[in-house]
Amino acid sequence: MANRNNSRPIGRELDLEAQRRRAAFLFLAPMIIALFCVAAWPLLRTIYFSFTNTSLTDLYGGEWIGFDNYLRRRELSSGRVVWRGTLADPAWWNAVWNTVRFSVISVFFETVLGLIVALVLNAEFKGRGWVRAAILIPWAIPTIVSAKMWAWMLNDQFGIINDIFIKLGLIERGIAWTASIDTAMTAVLVVDIWKTTPFMALLCLAGLQMIPRDIYEAARIDGVHPVKVFWKITLPLVRPALMVAVIFRMLDALRIFDLIYVLTPNSKATKTMSVISRENLIDFDKFAYGSAQSTLLFAIIAVFVSLYIWLGRVNLSGEGNR
Amino acid sequence: MAEIVLKNVTKSFGSLEVIKGANLRIESGEFMVFVGPSGCGKSTMLRLISGLESITSGELTFDGSLMNNVVPSKRGIAMVFQSYALYPHMKVFDNMAFGMKLAKAGADEVKNRVEEAARLLQIDHLLDRLPKQLSGGQRQRVAIGRAIVRDPRVFLFDEPLSNLDAALRVATRIEIAKLHRNMDDVTMIYVTHDQVEAMTLADRICVLRDGIVEQVGTPSELYDFPNSIFVAGFIGSPKMNFLSAGFAEPFGCATIGIRSEHIEIANSDAEWSGEVVHAEDLGSDTYMFVEIGSDEPLVVRCAGKHRVPWGERIGLKPLSGQLHRFDGAGRPVR
Amino acid sequence: MNRSAADWVRLSAFYALVAIIIVVSIFPFYYAILTSLKSGTAIFRVDYIPVDFSFKNYATVMTGRNFIRSVVNSVLVAGTTVLFALFLAVTASYALSRVRFRGRALLLVTILGVSMFPQIAVLAGLFELVRFLGIYNTPWAMVLSYTIFTLPFTVWVLTTFMRDLPIEIEEAAIIDGATPWVIITKVFMPLLWPALVTTGLLAFIGAWNEFLFALTFTISETQRTVPVAIALLSGASEQEIPWGPIMAASVIVTIPLVVLVLIFQRKIVAGLTAGGVKG
Repeated sequence: MANRNNSRPIGRELDLEAQRRRAAFLFLAPMIIALFCVAAWPLLRTIYFSFTNTSLTDLYGGEWIGFDNYLRRRELSSGRVVWRGTLADPAWWNAVWNTVRFSVISVFFETVLGLIVALVLNAEFKGRGWVRAAILIPWAIPTIVSAKMWAWMLNDQFGIINDIFIKLGLIERGIAWTASIDTAMTAVLVVDIWKTTPFMALLCLAGLQMIPRDIYEAARIDGVHPVKVFWKITLPLVRPALMVAVIFRMLDALRIFDLIYVLTPNSKATKTMSVISRENLIDFDKFAYGSAQSTLLFAIIAVFVSLYIWLGRVNLSGEGNR
Repeated sequence: MAEIVLKNVTKSFGSLEVIKGANLRIESGEFMVFVGPSGCGKSTMLRLISGLESITSGELTFDGSLMNNVVPSKRGIAMVFQSYALYPHMKVFDNMAFGMKLAKAGADEVKNRVEEAARLLQIDHLLDRLPKQLSGGQRQRVAIGRAIVRDPRVFLFDEPLSNLDAALRVATRIEIAKLHRNMDDVTMIYVTHDQVEAMTLADRICVLRDGIVEQVGTPSELYDFPNSIFVAGFIGSPKMNFLSAGFAEPFGCATIGIRSEHIEIANSDAEWSGEVVHAEDLGSDTYMFVEIGSDEPLVVRCAGKHRVPWGERIGLKPLSGQLHRFDGAGRPVR
Repeated sequence: MNRSAADWVRLSAFYALVAIIIVVSIFPFYYAILTSLKSGTAIFRVDYIPVDFSFKNYATVMTGRNFIRSVVNSVLVAGTTVLFALFLAVTASYALSRVRFRGRALLLVTILGVSMFPQIAVLAGLFELVRFLGIYNTPWAMVLSYTIFTLPFTVWVLTTFMRDLPIEIEEAAIIDGATPWVIITKVFMPLLWPALVTTGLLAFIGAWNEFLFALTFTISETQRTVPVAIALLSGASEQEIPWGPIMAASVIVTIPLVVLVLIFQRKIVAGLTAGGVKG
């Protein structure tokens, strides 16, 4: 036990906290570099491309053209003024409208249905585990697969949905759900709600389970009507969890691509911002134009997130301070 | 065998100062107990000495060498935590050997040291078990064993008994006292909020309050000569009785304090008199609560069973020389 | 209506709701299996209960041009991505959950922000990067691009898990002389492996299901991942959609996921919640 430590040099060393901070920096560096390479840098390049006339086949041949991809005033020889660019493109505004419509409606139904499913799962009954297992299935199925499955079920001639509806006497002949302009959005919404409600239900359920049981017991002893219990106790208490879930879903819905691409290809009624951007980027060889559109989508989501954080003062870091 | 000295040590978390200039000398081989109410900074003091927290200003030396910037593992300390903090996935042997293995000690040496410590604590039959297969008391022994294996200069205990039940607590307390006798060259620092643990274990006690060292002394010094009303009230059970205003005036001070065992029932020359409002019979002693018109009823300790009917009026007087007098600032008047 | 009758009505209404939830949840998958087992013209007849049991569609898919190749691609891509993300995330989340440093909260919010990125916003830039690195039309293009969502997700979830580990165990290790690296590898990893499995599984499912990047960064059929292969599975002519084989392929790629999800049910729910609600 003797002669330890007395002769060691003292003072010039890092204390524990400094040592840990140095380690933390080393640990974080690879992740930050990786995220920079796959997120920040590509994002900056996309934004840069949106100000050029780069084409898919010649990525480095683009020239700076300012805001022309967004909005450009052009005077025709006849003297008439026309506006060009994404912001003057009816197809773009149609996509914006589709995206917003899709996001709001799908998230609304997913929240309501998710809450109902969560309330069911929060009750104690035999076979609860089976129900939870069952609702996980739509979540686990790949989006593309569910799109194909539903496309088949919604098939105009041989689809089971039409068959059911005809047998129930709701419709007389089969509807081309995914192809018809009138019903394409409905079809997309149905599939998305089917696929994503389980996720909402699980998040709601987690929120519900954080409510202490004795609150309900107290309410029951006081003879409060169950409906009133829901509105006055359950809903206010799950609201924070619900809001986080809604925001996550909303951000997810705003960028929807795969379901629509596969279920209703080339349908004007469902084309969203992501779909139209990719179409221009890759399929139509309007690389820079598509970049401008995806930049706009990014800007919209960024504004949305900042507003939300600012208004809600959501503590997204999950830390207890402040 | 390390003398620990704290010189004007402060610790701040942000703008909150938790330790406000502590000065303390802990003798080599001494058993020092830090005691105080929750939030007084006693755990922070221990963590400053361990190196788990860095010192904001001031100096901490072990045997004269500055420790401020030395990492915990190089200070020659060992620590026993309140929650035992055993590595859940390692067997008892590996739990105890982990530190030595990290220090690249030879396998034989590790084995010898672990087995020696295990024998000392009578846990040698548990070496192949996982922590979750042990009882609370056994886990605490393993935690102590792990500390012994480190062969420390300074042994730190952070409320090690709080998670044990009452019976086990007493047994483990005796165990720790024995350990101190066996390792009499190792300085031990022990944090607790329980003043009974402090009184029974300590060579000296350091009472902390709001980040300030209130008083340092042997248990009997603190008991007999408290340096403030705070220490007087904190040390001893039941709590010392305090009387102020009209009750204190005849003694020429702001407040008087008298321990419950220093009051006797007096029929003739009673200093105070009042009604018995409650009595607690502990078998060996009886505590009587007597309402004499002060803020709180006076607690009087009588040996044996003392059957006084509730509501009866009795006279009381302090034992001579056992009265503590305090001035308006809470300091003793001697 | 007496009391017990009212209870009975309420109970049956509740179980009716439960039944609806179960049926709606599993019917599409059930129907896909049912369809995949039909052959020939039976596929154009609507059935509610299985009557045909032909594995012809499965044979078609498995012997078909590149389906097995796509499955291998998917496993390879998702597996590599997840291992890479976990490797970076374990150390990073230790730093984020256990070490106090300036800007930590900001960094966490940024990471969360990246995970909410619209992927289309980086598509153009990533396309350039992929071309620049010469990995266009190879699985590496997917491994690289999937990092954008697997890495933030794993970091975020592991950070919440690691924050819940008792601080005293780490302090005991510090006193035993463990460096942060030793703490992670020798003390935390063994405690965290259930969380690692959960997080890895969720990230794997995410990568397995990804479509946009996989569609954009591959051109030849041999490099496709499963979702792209299924989406682009076509018959002899443009009009003739091979529903039987599509359903068979769907069932093949979904069954492993469903089995995994059912096995790890509880852990997955915990992982999803850690990524969502706690945030």
